[in-house]
Amino acid sequence: MRLYMKFLSMHIKSQMQYKTSFVFTTLGQFFVAFATFLSINFLFDRFDYVGGFSYEEVLICFAVMMMAFSASELIGRGFDRFPAMLGNGSFDRALVRPRNVIFQVLASQMEFSRLGRFVQAVAVLVYAIPRSGIYWTWDKILTLTLMIVCGAFLFFGLYVLYAAFSFFTTEGLEFMNVLTDGGREHGRLPFGVYGDGVLKFLTYVVPLALVQYYPLLYLTGRTDNFLYALTPIAALLFLLPCYVFFRFGLRHYKSTGS
Amino acid sequence: MIELKGINKTFRVAKRQAGFGRAVKALFSREYETVQALRDVSFCVADGEMVGYIGPNGAGKSTTIKIMCGVLTPDNGACLINGRTPWKDRVAHVREIGVVFGQRSQLWWDVPVIDSFELIRDIYRVDENEYKKNLDELTELLELGEILKTPARSLSLGQRMRCEIVASLLHNPKILFLDEPTIGLDAISKIAVRQFIKRLNEERGTTVLLTTHDMQDIEALTERIILVGKGQILLDGNLAELKTRATEGASAEEMVAELYREYEI
Repeated sequence: MRLYMKFLSMHIKSQMQYKTSFVFTTLGQFFVAFATFLSINFLFDRFDYVGGFSYEEVLICFAVMMMAFSASELIGRGFDRFPAMLGNGSFDRALVRPRNVIFQVLASQMEFSRLGRFVQAVAVLVYAIPRSGIYWTWDKILTLTLMIVCGAFLFFGLYVLYAAFSFFTTEGLEFMNVLTDGGREHGRLPFGVYGDGVLKFLTYVVPLALVQYYPLLYLTGRTDNFLYALTPIAALLFLLPCYVFFRFGLRHYKSTGS
Repeated sequence: MIELKGINKTFRVAKRQAGFGRAVKALFSREYETVQALRDVSFCVADGEMVGYIGPNGAGKSTTIKIMCGVLTPDNGACLINGRTPWKDRVAHVREIGVVFGQRSQLWWDVPVIDSFELIRDIYRVDENEYKKNLDELTELLELGEILKTPARSLSLGQRMRCEIVASLLHNPKILFLDEPTIGLDAISKIAVRQFIKRLNEERGTTVLLTTHDMQDIEALTERIILVGKGQILLDGNLAELKTRATEGASAEEMVAELYREYEI
C-alpha cells in the first residue's frame, strides 16, 4: 500500500507537468458525462416514467453507474491501457521486478482527469437522493454503497478481462468497449427497460444488472426481499474468472513472447 | 553463476502475405510457421566474469536474455542462475539481477530522475542507508550530480543511458544484463559507459553479460565472447585467441564480419 501511494505521487507529479492539458481533459470528461445527463432530461420532458421508473430514480441509477465507472477507470486504468504496455515493452520491465505483476500493472497508470466524471456523479446523486421519494434507512444506504463499490469492481474485472485478451491478440478488442463504455452509457436507465434478453445476459453472463437493476428494485421499494439488496456482492464472483483468465494469458505470454 | 543447458525455444509466427485478398483471407484462417529462435543453447558464466554475447540481428540474443531474466519460458532445457530457475522462481530471481534494455527506458519521462530512483528503491525494498551509499557512489562514478534533478525527457541520450544503468544497479545485483547499452551514444558517452561497466566489474565483482553490435565495446570490456547465429551458439572463446586466427591487422569489426561470413549468418 505504501508503494501504491508512492506510485500515486509519481503520477500526480507527472500529470501536473501538463496542467493545461489536465484541466481541459477533466472539463472534457465532465461535459461528455453531462451530455448523458441531458439526454435523460430530454427523455423525461416527454415521458413521466420510463419502464415504470421516475426521473429521480433514474438519476440515482445514472449517478451510481457513472460513479462506479469513473472510480474503476481512475484506479484500473493500467489494465485499460494494457495493450500499450505489452507493445512498448514496459510489461517486460514489470516482469523483471520483484513485485506482484497485477499490482505493477495497476500502479502503472492512474487517470486523474476521470475525476471530472466522478464529481458530476456525486453532484447528481446529491441532487437525487432527497428528491427520490426513498425513505433512507440503513439498509437502503448499505444497498446504495454496495451498488457503487461492487459496480466499480465489476467494471475493473472487465478491464482485467480485456487485458487478458490482449495477451492473445491486439486486434478486434473493440468489442470489449460494448461492455464497459456501453455498460456505462446504457446503465443510465435501469437495465430492465431493455427487455428480457438483455436483462438475462446482464444477469448471468456479464452481471452488470446485479449492481444496478436488482438492488434498484429494493432501493425504490419495488421489492421487500432483502436478497435483492445483496446481489451486488454476488456480482463480485465475476472477478474470479477474469483473474484466472489473466493468469492464463500471462502463462501464454511467457511462452510466446508478444 | 549462470548455467544454460540445452535451451530450445520456438515461436509460432503468423504468416503474412502481401495483397488485400490475402489479408482478408488471413482474417479467417491463419497459417502459422514455426521459427526456431534458440537451438540447444548451452553455456556457463562464472561469477565476476564479463562476457560479450554477439551475433547479427535476429540471431536470438534478446530471446536468450529474456529467458535468463525470467520473462520468457523456454520449450525445454535447463537454466540455473545462482541456483534458481528464472521462470520458476521469478520474484526471488529478479531481486539479484539488473537488466538494461538499451532501447527502452525505465525512467519516468516527466519527473526528475532522482524520483524514479526512489521509486525503484521502494520497489526493490532497498535499505535506506544502503541506497544512499550506493547512489552516492554511482553518481560520483558516472558524474551524474546535477542531472539527477532533471526530468528524463530533458536529458541527452548519453545522460539518460547512464541514468538507466544506475537505475538497474540500485539494488546491488550480482548479475547485470546489458542489452545494447551503447546504442546511439556519442563517443564520450560510450567511453564513460564502458569505463563504468569495467569499474563495476572490478570493484564489485558484478557478473556482466552484454549484447552489442559495437565491437569496440567488446574489445574494451570482455575477454570472452559467445557468438550466436540462427539460434545456435557457434563459438565460445577468447577474444585474443580469435584475433590470432583472423587476417593479419584486421580490426575487431572486420574480424567479426569475417566470422559472420564464415558461419554464413
